[in-house]
Amino acid sequence: MKDLNISKLEAIFQQKIDDDVKIEPNDWMPDAYRKSLIRQISQHAHSEVVGMLPEGNWITRAPNLRRKAVLLAKVQDEAGHGLYLYSAAETLGADREKTIDDLHSGKAKYSSIFNYPTLTWADMGAIGWLVDGAAIMNQVPLCRCSYGPYARAMIRVCKEESFHQRQGFEVINKLAEGTIEQKEMAQDALNRFWWPALMMFGPSDDDSSHTEQSMRWKIKRNTNDELRQMFVDVTVPQAESIGLKVPDPHLKWNEEKECYDFGPIDWDEFWQVVGGNGPCNKERVDARRKAKEDGKWVVEAAMAFANKRNAKKTA
Amino acid sequence: MSESKGWPLWEVFVRSKQGLNHKHVGSLRASDATMAIKNARDVYTRRAEGISIWVVPSNNITASDPSEEDSLFEPSQTKVYRHPTFYDVPDGISHM
Ligand SMILES: [Fe+2]
Ligand SMILES: [Fe+2]
Repeated sequence: MKDLNISKLEAIFQQKIDDDVKIEPNDWMPDAYRKSLIRQISQHAHSEVVGMLPEGNWITRAPNLRRKAVLLAKVQDEAGHGLYLYSAAETLGADREKTIDDLHSGKAKYSSIFNYPTLTWADMGAIGWLVDGAAIMNQVPLCRCSYGPYARAMIRVCKEESFHQRQGFEVINKLAEGTIEQKEMAQDALNRFWWPALMMFGPSDDDSSHTEQSMRWKIKRNTNDELRQMFVDVTVPQAESIGLKVPDPHLKWNEEKECYDFGPIDWDEFWQVVGGNGPCNKERVDARRKAKEDGKWVVEAAMAFANKRNAKKTA
Repeated sequence: MSESKGWPLWEVFVRSKQGLNHKHVGSLRASDATMAIKNARDVYTRRAEGISIWVVPSNNITASDPSEEDSLFEPSQTKVYRHPTFYDVPDGISHM
């Protein structure tokens, strides 16, 4: 293998990808592929972990025990998703603590959606329905991604996500069929989360810098705009069926293309939020940083205990 | 692979039900084996995925070298006579 030059190795690598042979951790891969994956997977991991915060906000105030148990289980799943993904990033040689520190320093990004506040209980419905719904749209194709550990993590994640979306839809549906005030709450949550949910798919294809290479490497299987369109097409009828109105005056079924036309996305808002200036960016990152700092003594104490016991065993 | 200052890495294997073998499901970090089992239970078996868990320190695993794939595994492809379909059995012979 040593006598093979890089371009030969690259050709073999790309051939595997084209043949849908998965790449595994110890296989040769181009540096840029490794870097790209580490960036994508760790951003994804950060999103799962930061994503616990807006919902964690409502666990103690869930309206009844059933809702509380459900929300708790859902948030616990998201912690697990974070773990699967950090582990996948580690198989590429990424240092887990360093990737987490990059989140805390603002160097690493996470999904812009989690920088919006959760103001009412109805937001728990909107998040499960729309945010987890959009996440599923993104993640299902990634189950076929070229990197084995990432694809396997996505399969586990997707299995768990469908309950997330259903529980959210149940919450919003219950409110939508409730009193006038409850229905207003549901509509208000949809109004606030609709556009940020569409932004979750990332910049439009014309402005997406990584798409082309990522598609060639099969670490992305659909473009941002394709996924966004799919999401709109499945979600609009769901809103209609529970009597809620999608807050887009331009939304219209296009008979010819057999999909919905929808209004322009406010990309200025998107870039502001991605750039750190969303309503909750500071709060979210501060919370994560505090969690690491406050938990540091536990990490150290557990390790000291394990070392002491190991020393006794070998003595 | 770089090592964090934190807890060591463990590989997790789960037996989904009696009669099946343990299967690798992923990895996690924990300070010791007891904690690794507890965390594995919380992360990998929340939906009745298993009835038994093994955890192994990741650095105790020795893996075959992918660049030796050909020399290691090629013989199993060329020796077709190791498979029953290699042999001619006349029509009318059954139970074989
Ligand atoms: Fe998730
Ligand atoms: Fe989720």
